Amino acid sequence: MFRIFAIATKEIRQLRRDRLTAGMIVGLPLLQMVLFGYAINFDVRGVSAAVVDEARTSMSRALVADMQATGTVKVRAYAASVSDLRRRVRSGEVSIGVYIPADFERRRVVGGQPLAQLLVDGSEPTIENIARAFANMPVAGRTGIYHSGQQVFEVRTEYNPEKRTAVQIVPTLIGVILTMTMTMFTAMALVRERERGNLELLITTPASSLELMLGKLLPYVFIGLVQATLVLLLGVLLFDVPVNGSLVAFYLAALLFIAATLTLGLIASTLAETQVQAFQMSVFVLLPSILLSGFVFPFDGMPQAARWIAQLLPLTHFVELVRGIVLRGAGLAELQVPIYKLLAFTAVALTVVTLRFHKRLD
Amino acid sequence: MSERAAAGSAITARNLTRRFGKLTAVDHVSLEIPRATIYGFLGPNGSGKSTTIRMLCGLLRPSEGECVVLGHPVPREAEQLRTKIGYMTQRFSLWEDLTVLENLDFMSRIFGLDGTVRTARIAERLQQYRLEDRRGQRAGTLSGGQKQRLALAAATLHEPELLLLDEPTSAVDPQSRRDFWESLFELVDRGTTILVSTHYMDEAERCHRLAILDRGRLVAEGPPRRLMDSIDATVIEIEADDVRGARHALDGQDFVKSVAQLGNRLHALLAKERSDPQGSVRALLAQHRVQGNVEVVHASLEDVFVAATRFDTDDASPVRRASARQGSQAEA
Repeated sequence: MFRIFAIATKEIRQLRRDRLTAGMIVGLPLLQMVLFGYAINFDVRGVSAAVVDEARTSMSRALVADMQATGTVKVRAYAASVSDLRRRVRSGEVSIGVYIPADFERRRVVGGQPLAQLLVDGSEPTIENIARAFANMPVAGRTGIYHSGQQVFEVRTEYNPEKRTAVQIVPTLIGVILTMTMTMFTAMALVRERERGNLELLITTPASSLELMLGKLLPYVFIGLVQATLVLLLGVLLFDVPVNGSLVAFYLAALLFIAATLTLGLIASTLAETQVQAFQMSVFVLLPSILLSGFVFPFDGMPQAARWIAQLLPLTHFVELVRGIVLRGAGLAELQVPIYKLLAFTAVALTVVTLRFHKRLD
Repeated sequence: MSERAAAGSAITARNLTRRFGKLTAVDHVSLEIPRATIYGFLGPNGSGKSTTIRMLCGLLRPSEGECVVLGHPVPREAEQLRTKIGYMTQRFSLWEDLTVLENLDFMSRIFGLDGTVRTARIAERLQQYRLEDRRGQRAGTLSGGQKQRLALAAATLHEPELLLLDEPTSAVDPQSRRDFWESLFELVDRGTTILVSTHYMDEAERCHRLAILDRGRLVAEGPPRRLMDSIDATVIEIEADDVRGARHALDGQDFVKSVAQLGNRLHALLAKERSDPQGSVRALLAQHRVQGNVEVVHASLEDVFVAATRFDTDDASPVRRASARQGSQAEA
């Protein structure tokens, strides 16, 4: 215990002096938060639009005003004709074209037909999503003007205009960031000692393999908890992420996941000869983790083989845990399956590590 | 420790062998290293010095043979050995991003030294190895000599009975090397056994006993003085105006084992079996019309090294060209 503490202290000292790594430990979660929270956001705001209003009635002007009021689009220009509108979309000047036909008033009164048409730049997938959402735009407060009960606007209750993606992504982002830090930084920290010859000296000392490993990993457990806190806090402050479950459950889940990813980092460090290799290996783990864990893409669309691979990734189970706890307010008792899977992963990985790590050079 | 020092050998190795795939790095080496002595491993790079040291401290498993270090069969009881040995790797292997004091503090904790002992021991080592005014400096910014003193300070924090030093002076200036050897003798006075590998002749000469290793094999063993006295060759020096001509005269002669030029002199090793080697050389010079003064001199350790490592090689160095074919077995 005495030695573990000595190794951990040394590790923290070194980490503090390694400005780049220390900066990355804080910078990485921040950067990812901004990236995933703001930039990678399905409800982009202020999309440029052009309008052709052939109806030129007070109602048609009201419709354009309502669209702008959502903040999703911003009307940049009024086009002279439909062909002019098409040209503007094609040239990229605007992303969405709004065409209000001359018979807008008739359609409005008669019903059964869409009121207007949206011309969308289909090359940008998110823009198309916005436009699709727009087709179902509710025009609240204007029911007096529009015909009540018109089917086209029926979808309004389902529409969640903002922050939805952030709410989904932020809690799971904790898992992505921890996967990065725990596997990459620990694997590299261990391999660095081997590369620099420190390990050859350490293994001739009375410190046991277990003491060496635990001492090196202990600081990262705390770093992991700090990162998890940081991301969750930013999520609450910047994106109003609701924390519906208990914080105790959240931290327990985080600890389980940290243990699993740390052992994964240990395995990588026993395989890698150089820091570059350790880095490559962690990328090798990270990519499938991001793609297959349900972090971005839903499981339901994946082929069976991909789901099996996903089961082997600790992130998959953490995503399930953290979404359950933070968003759905579930307790640990309801989430036993992913908990046992994480524990099983850690146990297997630890066995592999102890079999591979020995105090010898051959 | 000193009362134990006299009793028995610090290291006993029998037929120690290590293979890496097809390469035999250490080939049936047997050693008997007495306590409280400085024992040297002399050999060129790749002669198996580091591999032998690593086997002795349990870092590598021998492919064949056995060794007992401080009474512990290694690698079986390598863990019990840990607190009794100090190991200095070829490369500086303390932490360059930690300060001198932090490095010593860390190593003393790893060796399990308790609070007051630790503080006292660190202070003692800082003073002993003149590192007091460097205590707050990062190890990475120290000079070669300072780094090496720090490494020795760290390796001796727990007062080991045996120090294994793998080419400790390869990155150090001559003055620091002298200081370093002074420190080693102080440690031996206190009963420590030191095994040191080197490729410097002057260092090898300072050892109490010496093992010369060549391509994994032990080719000569004994106190340096005795090795030099019992060299299996006659050493001559030729002083000549036309040194190149003199050298040419010796070329291709079977009894000439090795020739090296030192300024305007030639230093040559001749087969001992040859009767009147001096006369033979004079005759050769006369035959080639080279004026020169031939003299038998005392063998240096380098001569011992050359005689031990090169006489029986096929890949002769250009210095001796054809002269190595009929090599004698170099047994000192």
